[in-house]
Amino acid sequence: MAADAQSPLRQTLKRMLSNTSVVIGGTIAILIVLMGIFAPFLDTRDPTDISPKNRNKVPGYEATIRDYDGNKIPVLYRLGSDTLGRDVYSRIVYGARTSLIVGAAVAGLAVAIGLVLGLVAGYFRAADGIIMRVMDGMMAIPAILLAIAIVSMFSAGLFSVIFAIVVAEVPRVVRLVRSVVLSIREEPYVEAAITAGTPTAQLLVRHVLPNTVAPLIVQGTFIVASAIIVEAILSFLGIGIPPEIPTWGNIMAEGRQVFQLFPHNILYPGIILALTVLSVNILGDGLRDTLDPRFAKRV
Amino acid sequence: MSDNVLEVHGLGVRLPAGSDRDFAVQDISFTVGSGEIVCVVGESGSGKSVTAQAVMGLLPRELKAEQGQTLLEGEDTLKASPVELRDLRGTRMAMIFQEPMTALNPVARVGEQISEMLEIHTAMSASERRARAIEIMNAVHLPDAEKMVDSYPHQLSGGQRQRIMIAMALVLDPALLIADEPTTALDVTTQAQILTLVKEMQERRGTGVLFITHDFGVVAEIADRVVVMQHGRIIEQGPRDQVLLNPQEPYTQMLMAAVPSMMPPERSPVVGETAAKTRKLVKQYGSSGWFGGGRKVLAASEVNLQLARGETLGIVGESGSGKSTVARCIVRLIDPTSGDIELDGTEIATISQADLRPHRRKMQIVFQDPYRSLNPRRTVGLAMIEAPMNFGMPKEEAMSNARDLMELVGLSGDALDRYPHQFSGGQRQRICIARAMMVNPELLIADEAVSALDVSVQAQVLKLLDDIRAKYNLAMLFITHDLRVAAQICDRLMVMQKGIVVEEGPTREVYANPKHDYTRLLLDAAPGQNVVFGAGTA
Repeated sequence: MAADAQSPLRQTLKRMLSNTSVVIGGTIAILIVLMGIFAPFLDTRDPTDISPKNRNKVPGYEATIRDYDGNKIPVLYRLGSDTLGRDVYSRIVYGARTSLIVGAAVAGLAVAIGLVLGLVAGYFRAADGIIMRVMDGMMAIPAILLAIAIVSMFSAGLFSVIFAIVVAEVPRVVRLVRSVVLSIREEPYVEAAITAGTPTAQLLVRHVLPNTVAPLIVQGTFIVASAIIVEAILSFLGIGIPPEIPTWGNIMAEGRQVFQLFPHNILYPGIILALTVLSVNILGDGLRDTLDPRFAKRV
Repeated sequence: MSDNVLEVHGLGVRLPAGSDRDFAVQDISFTVGSGEIVCVVGESGSGKSVTAQAVMGLLPRELKAEQGQTLLEGEDTLKASPVELRDLRGTRMAMIFQEPMTALNPVARVGEQISEMLEIHTAMSASERRARAIEIMNAVHLPDAEKMVDSYPHQLSGGQRQRIMIAMALVLDPALLIADEPTTALDVTTQAQILTLVKEMQERRGTGVLFITHDFGVVAEIADRVVVMQHGRIIEQGPRDQVLLNPQEPYTQMLMAAVPSMMPPERSPVVGETAAKTRKLVKQYGSSGWFGGGRKVLAASEVNLQLARGETLGIVGESGSGKSTVARCIVRLIDPTSGDIELDGTEIATISQADLRPHRRKMQIVFQDPYRSLNPRRTVGLAMIEAPMNFGMPKEEAMSNARDLMELVGLSGDALDRYPHQFSGGQRQRICIARAMMVNPELLIADEAVSALDVSVQAQVLKLLDDIRAKYNLAMLFITHDLRVAAQICDRLMVMQKGIVVEEGPTREVYANPKHDYTRLLLDAAPGQNVVFGAGTA
């Protein structure tokens, strides 16, 4: 008998924390999450405050504005201002909230729905054909087009954007879960549980579900990244979240008309968007390598 | 001594740091003469494959041959450069592998694969190469070689593929042929043909053969000399008869004693109440398809069996004979197409899974692969108490029962807190047997339960199964392809071929006086059947 009595879970955690990708990607992602949470305390102003006098200022512009009591207060436009004189820095910092909420909500919902459908499709042959044909049909439409179509059916807003991206992401999760379940279902230890008289629901939760966790965590991070991008695209196209709410996509959409004169409106939100997506993807790569080496070869 | 095609002197291969031992193999010295078959035998992990890989220069990257020499006709393959090695392989040494399915390129015609060897190493023209390929395919007794030369590997049977592999290996007349478990993946009748072929090739061409196997029957069949390995060292070597019949070292004696004999011991017929029986059990695969006329396969055809308490019924047959299908139908892991299954007086063939659940307690199954039979994420204890808790036993009681059963199967009670990966294959199989016994079944099905185990462990697990059957008055259905194992443990025997039971009777009678042609074929094909191993007495 081997001497180490560590559970597989503890070993995996240890391996995870010694992976460079996980540490680097995770650190950047956590910093961005903190930025979103503590937005009011990061020397920001109301991201929706307009200031007609200070429109289209370059980064570093110092101005004085009057508050509601008429007092003059100095303000610094760290990253410049947009066409309505709103502070781009504050909008970017607050915009992190929208992006992260969309990313997390989409990943959570898509994984939850996909997990249930995938388990059912993988384990019950009768349901497999029906569920998978529907998923195949959805996969045939490009995710972004599907999202645009769904958003245009509802009024624009955070929830319809989340719903639209979830619908587009679910089929990928279902396929992944189903493929795992199909192979696990044939494992002798699952058959042993069947002969042990374990009820089907318990059998799925106890013996099949744990095998999907690792690939799902990995897939989940990739969904976060893709949802953030799709949200930005929808906002940029003007069909996503209403323009007054600061999101990275909205900021870039605002700056589009004056891009050649004032590139900062697109440059800075672009950089932070790219950095966020990159960090989440690096994190996902690292998790994939540590959690699921077989999955690494499959994708 | 110049007659030796291979001389291995003091070979040592180091394992990467952190392994359970420093060297994969150490102080390995032996020779293979031309026209001689040297069998390297040992249990898993003994280093026999590493030895072969070192000679071929095919060691995995992490392993390094640090000591000794492997002289192929006087040339040290350990010191050869990659280019020199490539030249040596094929022309002067060749290798055949265990898995004929994966060792051939599935998208190239077999003739092309043979002639590729010629293309690389000779200056023959394309038509000469093709002619030579057909010639060598005829030499390994492939039927209709002119046609088969243009087939793809998937069109051939396992035995035919292994013949292609041998043809590829021998087409350049190498001095040394290394065969790494070449018949392990094959059925016993195919194995017999391949062994005959290897022997014939070696006699006709004077090739030296280094034959790696774990099967002592195979050793008895073809070896001139035998090298016995354990834990990376050579324990004993010598002429076949000396090693097999009169082993000197205790380890070899133990191994030889563990090889089950082909002679079934005397057993009195078991008369007990019927525990399980099937009537005209049929399992048909393949459906009619959307437009009718799909392909149908009868995996089991009208199987009637009856099993009394305290009796062991064996089902033997080659792969695809339907023996596992019968077992899996009885425990309803698959649903039979038609027929009756009676378990302890209850008809269970057609009842729903929900209605079946209370009856599951009465029948348990032990699978072949001990590494996949236990959920790697759950402790042994949780695996043990799952079934009894499903049937309403409180956790504490189940745990204390589990502790008792662990001791019964020869493991300590504190093993319950450990994970499966901390146990060896034999220990895991003991755990699986203990798990099956947790619910006091009346019928225990062992589906190739000892086939994945080394011979010494196999003997212990067989004894455990037999003891448990006697102690609990179990009815045991024992599925195996191994006629030696079947001879030792079964009271009665059923021989299956292509889904049909061709012969049935008391084990001793079937072995002594087989009535069906196929049974006779099976028994004749069993390698080394006439050799009485070392300390083993029939």
